[in-house]
Amino acid sequence: MTNSSRRMSAYISKQHLGLLPALVAMLAALLALPAFAQEAPDALVKRVSEEAIAIIKSDPKVQAGDQARIRELIETKLAPHFDIDRMTALAAGRAYRTATPEQKKELGEQFKTLLIRTYSSALNQYRDQTIEAKPLRADPNATDVTVRTEVIRPGQPPVQIDYSMTKTPSGWKAYDVIVGGVSLVTNYRDEFTQQVQAGGIDGLIRSLQAKNGAGAAK
Amino acid sequence: MDKLTMRRMLVVFAAAALLAGCTATPSREASSADDPFEPMNRVSYRVHEVVDGQIIRPFAQAYVDYTPRLVQQGIRNFFGNIDDLFSFVNAVLQNKPEKAGHDLGRFITNTGFGLLGIIDIASDAGVPKGEEDFGQTFGVWGIPQGPYLFIPVFGPTTVRDGTGWVVRAYTSPIGYISDVPLRNVLIGIGAVDLRASALQAESLVNQAAIDRYTFIRRAYLQRRRYLVYDGQPPPLKEDDE
Repeated sequence: MTNSSRRMSAYISKQHLGLLPALVAMLAALLALPAFAQEAPDALVKRVSEEAIAIIKSDPKVQAGDQARIRELIETKLAPHFDIDRMTALAAGRAYRTATPEQKKELGEQFKTLLIRTYSSALNQYRDQTIEAKPLRADPNATDVTVRTEVIRPGQPPVQIDYSMTKTPSGWKAYDVIVGGVSLVTNYRDEFTQQVQAGGIDGLIRSLQAKNGAGAAK
Repeated sequence: MDKLTMRRMLVVFAAAALLAGCTATPSREASSADDPFEPMNRVSYRVHEVVDGQIIRPFAQAYVDYTPRLVQQGIRNFFGNIDDLFSFVNAVLQNKPEKAGHDLGRFITNTGFGLLGIIDIASDAGVPKGEEDFGQTFGVWGIPQGPYLFIPVFGPTTVRDGTGWVVRAYTSPIGYISDVPLRNVLIGIGAVDLRASALQAESLVNQAAIDRYTFIRRAYLQRRRYLVYDGQPPPLKEDDE
């Protein structure tokens, strides 16, 4: 091993000196990538929600209730931090295992659209309130954590918003949001089960498409 | 809510139950173990959507749109103060002295120095608002939630939580006001305030739900379970993962 690596470095230094800067740059990029991706989950939630709130408070289009702008904001700022495939699998339960890859893809797309629409309305409602991220109490090596945040509403009990998060190669991603004890995934599981019982996976996809289509027409 | 509202509610409920008995299709299976009366509840829900959509919701929306913010906040605080009193009683019944202390402190402060609760001084001082109620107390005592019920106008509940509301209706200080017109006005305003407070959540449900009935049921049952366990519910066993 030592021998071969020595031979390798000799090879690089003698024959391909010109490549060294490129190799160093590549190595640096590879080292920097995981450092960025491994932003702690609570820090991630805090940063993303603070950014989102800052935009909500300062963006005139968002303040005017421009749904297209709000959706774009969520699509670029929030959606990348969610594990939509896992959410879909959890919500669809048993039926997901028998679905074809095409069905899975379409189901994921439709579910994502529905979730994004729902977040647009939720964000719009909480825009005057403060969101506090609570410090994470978890093993630093954990790969599955719950990040707790609290929406402070004057004169009313605070609402807890918890994010179930999992570690992926591209950083921590949320696979469930629990608002005041109501888990979105659990709620959708009932809905999905009911639709699958009535019309199979295709029936579920059709009802999601109809729901999303109706939302767009509004 | 007082005895009168309660009685009215029971009449509506009885009527809806009768209606359900006539029209419910027995072939429809209950989709959740928590909801053995689903066919009847779905009929109640349809009745509710009509009555609420035509009369109650527009009225509550008009109240939100045309009443000054400050007045609305004062009304919300006034009824919230009564909630604090009940939260105190239930914190005591659940043997949670710290919560009981906060609730009682809030009630005394806001009643005495906040114009009978219209100004929420205690929140400004940072005393957290409790949300204990009789339904939760029964849950803490180990009484099962019983079947899920959807009652027109009143909304989602369970046998356990509904019983809690009956207890509350019979013990609410508003019911003891001897001036009948004043009492009725207060009950009316309280009902409008309660309905108005649900408007935002409702618009979210409309956005999120494929089938509103199923969505509301699961959200309600999850929320109540969470409250009974004070925000730390033990994980449910999942058959799918």
